[in-house]
Amino acid sequence: MLLQSLPMVFILAGLALYVVLGGADLGAGFWQLATVRRSNARDIRDYAHRSMGPVWETNHVWLIFVLTVFWTSYPKAFGSIMSTLAIPLFIALLGIMARGAAYALRAGATTPRESGRIDAMFALSSVLVPFALGTAIGAIATNRVPVGNAAGDMWSSWLNPTSIVIGVLAVATSAYLAAVYLAADAGHDQEHTLERSFRLRALGSGVAAGTTAIGAVFVLNADNHRLFHSLLSGRALPAVIVSSLAGLATLLLVYRRRYEPARYGASLAVAAIIAGWALSRWPTILPGLTVHEAAAGHDTLVCVVVAVLGGAVILFPALVLLFRLTLAGRFRDAEHIEVEERTVTRVGPNARPLARAAGACLIAGFGLLNIANATWAHAVGVACLIGFVGLGFCAIVLPALYREAATR
Amino acid sequence: MSALPFASAFPPVDQHYLLQARQMQALSFAVHIPLVAFGISFPVMVLFVEWLGHRRGDELYLTLARRWSKVMITLFAVGVITGTVLSFEMGLLWPNFTGTFGPVFGLGFAIEGFSFFLEAIFIGIYVYGWQRLSPRAHMLSGVPIVITGVTGSLLVIAVNAWMNHPGGFSLRNGKVVNVHPLRALLGNSYLWNELIHMYVAGYIVSGFIVAGCYAFCRLRGRWTRYERTALTIPLTIAALAAPVQMLVGDWVAREVAQEQPIKLAAIEGLYKTTRGASEHLLGWYSDNQMKGAIAIPHLLSILTDHSWNGRVQGLDTVPASQRPPVNVVHWAFQLMVGIGSLLALVSVIYLGVWIWRKRLPESPWFYRLLVVSGPLAVVALISGWVVTEVGRQPWVVYRVMPTAAAVTGAHGIPVGYGVLAFAYLVVAGGLLWVLRRLARAPLNLSAEPPNQLQAA
Repeated sequence: MLLQSLPMVFILAGLALYVVLGGADLGAGFWQLATVRRSNARDIRDYAHRSMGPVWETNHVWLIFVLTVFWTSYPKAFGSIMSTLAIPLFIALLGIMARGAAYALRAGATTPRESGRIDAMFALSSVLVPFALGTAIGAIATNRVPVGNAAGDMWSSWLNPTSIVIGVLAVATSAYLAAVYLAADAGHDQEHTLERSFRLRALGSGVAAGTTAIGAVFVLNADNHRLFHSLLSGRALPAVIVSSLAGLATLLLVYRRRYEPARYGASLAVAAIIAGWALSRWPTILPGLTVHEAAAGHDTLVCVVVAVLGGAVILFPALVLLFRLTLAGRFRDAEHIEVEERTVTRVGPNARPLARAAGACLIAGFGLLNIANATWAHAVGVACLIGFVGLGFCAIVLPALYREAATR
Repeated sequence: MSALPFASAFPPVDQHYLLQARQMQALSFAVHIPLVAFGISFPVMVLFVEWLGHRRGDELYLTLARRWSKVMITLFAVGVITGTVLSFEMGLLWPNFTGTFGPVFGLGFAIEGFSFFLEAIFIGIYVYGWQRLSPRAHMLSGVPIVITGVTGSLLVIAVNAWMNHPGGFSLRNGKVVNVHPLRALLGNSYLWNELIHMYVAGYIVSGFIVAGCYAFCRLRGRWTRYERTALTIPLTIAALAAPVQMLVGDWVAREVAQEQPIKLAAIEGLYKTTRGASEHLLGWYSDNQMKGAIAIPHLLSILTDHSWNGRVQGLDTVPASQRPPVNVVHWAFQLMVGIGSLLALVSVIYLGVWIWRKRLPESPWFYRLLVVSGPLAVVALISGWVVTEVGRQPWVVYRVMPTAAAVTGAHGIPVGYGVLAFAYLVVAGGLLWVLRRLARAPLNLSAEPPNQLQAA
């Protein structure tokens, strides 16, 4: 049972990380939209863009992680969800495309008008993505996705009161997370005007997100009384309480300009909602399909668990490195590192023996790969051909470049 | 709807727009694949140039590496988008494929996800770390990009190789059982030829495209040491890789002949099983024969079987419903091989001039040829994938699951297809615009503004 559940725990953890980190990214886009006509709008937009620049792609990859682990471990549930919710998920996909494109395009913008237009695209898509994904979550939560190939209703599954209110909640939460993070970054950089702007936004959006969450509870009660009941009783209740307390505490911390703890408090509040949601339905994924029933076979699950844990061992140090560099502001100020002027006397490698060796590799590769039939011969042949490219490259490029450099 | 020999996750559906779903998937692949080619090979070139810069203490190389790294992250950002589309489409278009075989092949994508993750992390550190990290730390941050560029595509190609040559599971009482994902993905003999073929293609595509840009500069009269350096490095790699690709391609064709004889028969338009079969160039397949083709007697048998009278299986050995569309596969193959040969010819000219004259070619015609070589290489790359993928039809998992059984039951595929095609047009237009902007940024060799990427 543990083996069948573990990948779902990974998926939920990945989802929480996506909502917290990717959500903060999406929220940064929201603030670009929401600050069009203000005196320091330009600064706010640039700052939001700059803080997220180095980490944007990384935060986004959590979604890919969720998808791949999901379809490997719970294929039937994945197929059912993706086919019934094709429309909101396709809309989210378009939003992700537009965001990514805007991110890539901004590198080329030179005038305020150009970057303004790109920011508008970025911002609109940043609202679209969490909303669409939120409606999809709402559809699953209210059991509107049955098992089967597009077995649910293509429209009403995600266009219903609960889905819409969860979509709005996702947008508000993203905006809130982003404002808290950006206020923290601005405080760290001693950008006091920006810090004030983001602090106000954090407080405003925090209140808005909290109000939406409370509103959501009422909508849920009207739409699906059973889900309402399961959220507010038993296993899910502690998580709901943790989330509410963390949300309130974060507001207080932001108010008192204690941004670093606020960053974590906000994340906790959001992650706790996901935990509560999962606990309230456990072990059901879709109506009539439990985690255990949906799970793939033993070998696959073992491979997934080993791959995820092994991957995490490599991934987390790298992630920590990236966030430490980003949060420490290392990417913001260039310290000019002088190029060490060297007087190079060596002319470079002697091309002739390299070229001969390359030729020998090519002939050997041809014989082993194209004439011989044994598998081992093919392997050696491929190695020879790689050797041909490598040696040939050294034989041509290094002497050529060194000669050029000598005549500069 | 053909009856399945096994119980798929969901009962078959009647999807009116199967062809549109396939085209939508094909479009998404065609957009993504050239970016993968850059992901495989371009970081190696960037890192090599940076290494040269540090080693020789030469600002020119560092400037080149810095400018290339901006192109690299821009292409990566677009590759993230197009790759995301593909992973969504696995579920949006083919829920019964992932729903049934996810446990067999899905692991490849899950591990690829990690690889992609690391690539995203280090590409961020590398590009934003210019002049903020010590040279050694900066070089080191580039190494994972090179490694993950290899591992990521290795796993995705492993999945494709599995679809073409499935294994690592068995069917018992119509159920997929005994799933061994590692054996399915990595214990597959088909993986290696697809992998090598694609890697070499990666270097050819990015090499010719990058070289083509500087060839264009030369034709426009801009030809300093900067442009010469920036042309020599990618062109040399591509010129060495292009002839190698012909040898690798021959190997791949023999593997296809052995494992997917119907695909080979479609490539050649060979209807009847033949001994001493001829190779057909050009031509059009209709009424079960090749018309108007140039036939080279016995060549097909020699190439696939290494014998004068080797037997080559024809399309007639399977029912008509199990044959791929012959002309698409045949012409995609002609295009790939034709362009590949042309690129090999360009390469031989370049290498010949180097060996005999010890300099770059001087004829403007050579540079005009180079300018078109890049786009042609992309056409060849996509054609090659058309051969693999259309040649596998009508199966999504070769001889196990028909594509028609994998498709979604959702409505509105044509709408999605149209919207996605439009979105790709916008993204492609935007990408060209950015790359032009990056290329036009003034080349200031002594003091590149440090924050150019962000403070655009």
